[in-house]
Amino acid sequence: MKAHLTRRYGFAASHRLHSEAMSADENRTIYGKCNNPHGHGHNYALEVTVSGPVAMPTGMVCNLADLDGYVLSEVVERYDQQNLNTLPEFAQNVPTTENLCIEIYEIMQRGFRHAHLEKVRLEETMMNSFEYTGGAEPRR
Amino acid sequence: MNAIVYLTRKAEFSASHFYHNPEFTPEENQRLFGKCNNPNGHGHNYLLEVTVRGAVDRRSGFVVDLKELKEILNREVLDAMDHRFLNKEVPEFLTRIPTTENLAIAIWQRLESKLAKAKLHRVRVYETPGLFVDFYGEA
Repeated sequence: MKAHLTRRYGFAASHRLHSEAMSADENRTIYGKCNNPHGHGHNYALEVTVSGPVAMPTGMVCNLADLDGYVLSEVVERYDQQNLNTLPEFAQNVPTTENLCIEIYEIMQRGFRHAHLEKVRLEETMMNSFEYTGGAEPRR
Repeated sequence: MNAIVYLTRKAEFSASHFYHNPEFTPEENQRLFGKCNNPNGHGHNYLLEVTVRGAVDRRSGFVVDLKELKEILNREVLDAMDHRFLNKEVPEFLTRIPTTENLAIAIWQRLESKLAKAKLHRVRVYETPGLFVDFYGEA
């Protein structure tokens, strides 16, 4: 039987929302306080949802140690206590939480083989969160 | 218009469990399940969310009578699992490992046939605030 398993993680990072494709005025208008040149930070909360058949011998969709191992080394280690604007994936790409959510989904998709990736959900603050399920797939 | 609405009811229960498969060697059990393999068990405050789906009844304005849903949850789930050692006291787990996945499936199976008007949509079980499993009745 197929079940969905969700695990929560956290990391803290700073960013500045600024697009080279727009003038300074446009950047200020669109991004407001988030355009502050010195940047600002968030405690991000990350939820990774994977799915698969519950294996009879273990009762698990996947071993949590495998999921934690991958997410901690490939995602949390990469973004925790970092300035997102300095990372190569955000050199041409504004580090909005939308884009960060997609980036984390791609990291999971690239190397996590222990269960099917369903969804990445990222909370920037307690008041806003973003979800990505890959491409145009419908979400649950 | 008979609009379809989803309704979620929460319940909390505390229980202990451990993970062990008698077909594995002690070393395999230890490697696979780590600290969860301690035969004396350990416990969690589980949070259960049961979501049902149905048309809003024109007379009552309800998808389901919450009082009835609460009674079913109490009878089928909480009475059987709250303050219990899952491995030893809940029949499903005499033969299946009481992982959060299997707990969500067992709770689904206990509830599905007991609901009359509303249809069971999702069972979500939080083992901790940072780990939960969703079961939608999928094969």
